[in-house]
Amino acid sequence: MPQTETAKEHIAEALEDMAEFIDEELEDLLGAPHETRGGEVCFTCPPENLRAVLTFLRDNRECQFQMLIDVFGVDHPDRPARFEIIYNLLSIRQNARVRVYVNIQEDVPVPSVHDIFSSALWYEREVWDMFGAIFSGNPDLRRILTDYGFDGHPLRKDFPLTGRVEVRYDQAQKRVVYEPVRLVQDFRRFDNLSPWEGMTDVQIPGDEKAVRQTVMPSGERGDVGNREEDRRDKNKEEGAGDE
Amino acid sequence: MSVDKGTAVNTAPADDEPDEPVLADACAAAVPMGDQTRIRPYTMNFGPQHPAAHGVLRLVLEMDGEVVERADPHIGLLHRGTEKLIEYKTYMQALPYFDRLDYVSPMNQEHAFALAVEKLLGITVPERAQYIRILFSELTRVLNHLLNITTFALDVGAITPTLWGFEEREIGMEFYERVCGARLHANYIRPGGVAQDLPSGLADDIGEWIEGSAGKVIDDLDNLLTENRIFKQRTVDIGVASPDQAQDWGFTGPMLRASGIPWDLRKAQPYDLYEKMHFDVPVGKTGDCYARYLVRMEEMRQSLRMMTQCLGEMQAGPVKVDDHKVVPPRRAEMKRSMEALIHHFKLFTEGYHVPAGQTYTAVEAPKGEFGVYLVSDGTNRPYRCRIRAPGFAHLQALEFLSKGHMLADTVAVIGAMDVVFGEIDR
Repeated sequence: MPQTETAKEHIAEALEDMAEFIDEELEDLLGAPHETRGGEVCFTCPPENLRAVLTFLRDNRECQFQMLIDVFGVDHPDRPARFEIIYNLLSIRQNARVRVYVNIQEDVPVPSVHDIFSSALWYEREVWDMFGAIFSGNPDLRRILTDYGFDGHPLRKDFPLTGRVEVRYDQAQKRVVYEPVRLVQDFRRFDNLSPWEGMTDVQIPGDEKAVRQTVMPSGERGDVGNREEDRRDKNKEEGAGDE
Repeated sequence: MSVDKGTAVNTAPADDEPDEPVLADACAAAVPMGDQTRIRPYTMNFGPQHPAAHGVLRLVLEMDGEVVERADPHIGLLHRGTEKLIEYKTYMQALPYFDRLDYVSPMNQEHAFALAVEKLLGITVPERAQYIRILFSELTRVLNHLLNITTFALDVGAITPTLWGFEEREIGMEFYERVCGARLHANYIRPGGVAQDLPSGLADDIGEWIEGSAGKVIDDLDNLLTENRIFKQRTVDIGVASPDQAQDWGFTGPMLRASGIPWDLRKAQPYDLYEKMHFDVPVGKTGDCYARYLVRMEEMRQSLRMMTQCLGEMQAGPVKVDDHKVVPPRRAEMKRSMEALIHHFKLFTEGYHVPAGQTYTAVEAPKGEFGVYLVSDGTNRPYRCRIRAPGFAHLQALEFLSKGHMLADTVAVIGAMDVVFGEIDR
């Protein structure tokens, strides 16, 4: 077992060395050094340099990332650059993986890389379909996973889980018809977060009462607190009576 | 065709212009020649209801006669929004979705998700659990390849392998049922270990199966197909991908290895106890459909070898981590311990919290590299769960693999790709 541990450390070291090499070579293009997140090397790249960076990573002898394993998006509605487009590269020669992150606003196109990696064609289509990020230069930017004539981009955080349209077979018209989704009850999302662990900075309904109480100067307690304490005293009395 | 038409025309207006060669005129009218002539390719719809489409593939083919000029797969007919659904589920509730992706190899996909969650949680599962995981991952690989090879053979005209192979698949799925209660949707490999230990007698029965009928049926398939003239005529030199093309299109798994690249995540980036496993990685030479078939045949034998090793080396011990913040306590414990009851309740309502972070974890699924990219924001459900399905990349290459081949060869290419739409459409 210790042998394999050292082997793993060795691989991690080699990967780190390669990341530093890429940092040096691509200093002008990337603008920022790599980040290692849990042993995985990540680069953040400005969209205009993406093609140059990926071409370098593919062709450089030290890198040889000849496989684009995946392209996908992550939606962060709270950020100014809403979409994170992630290019997942694999080098079989070096046995290494790196990820290239591109942060992009909603309506700014990302340069397509389909002529650098053929596999990007469908992956870009999928990101377009799911998020609505535009890839300039992709010759075939049709929707891929959703229905023909679908409206919206399902993996955006503001797209409802239940979707917007539903289909059913209409006996009268003898065909499948599209209708807006009708929910029998409101969509409910239970987060089930524990008030002790998960909700450190979240206010549960009723919490504001406690806050108001602490703000008030001592001796001048609010009605809420008094009522609470009265009830507690009453309970105590009742409990005593039962015994 | 033109002769028939010519004679028909020839007999009718023969009296009017006897000098003119009517036959030639008629031919010229039937097949006009000239600069403006453009022969339009015939557009054909293949699927989505077609047995050789392996599910719900709709393929729009542009044909020149019987030769495929362009193949445009329309996918998404089985899109269920798995990635979106997982964002609304706790980590524990998200696991069963992985069974339903590639429904022919459920456990491998659970394995990928479990490893990703474990990586973010920073836990290592006990050794016995790792052996069980490998045992069932490899069993799944055998079952997957049995399905693929036999249905592939069916597509190119052989029916017997299906009948023989599916009988073994049924036995394999009985092992599934005994270990987790379900034949297909296992929900067995979970973050923190496996759902429960092997029931008594199961290990012996699996061992017996490996020694007995499993190895035999692979030999039988070998006899039926490998040197079969018709099978070779239909598969050799069909859908060839060179090593460079295979990498360029993002091939993984048997598809990549058939093109001559010795790449297997179980060797290159081993997870769980794979570094202890003794197995060889079969590599094809030609990159055609036949090589893909050969690679899968050998992989089944290697998988059986690994299963035997697992059964031999497995020691008694725990099959889950000893942390009830992640893994539910035993039912017997819950009857007596209040704390166990609380843990159980919290786990099945709130779930566990995963530290904020992101990771990409990939396993060598039977079809290729199956990866899970998980973004956690520190709450009890994933912020984003990206599923990298191998079949998606493979199907994308259908266009270039089948260009210039006959329509029937497209069927062979699809069959050798091992596509399952559960994972492609997600």
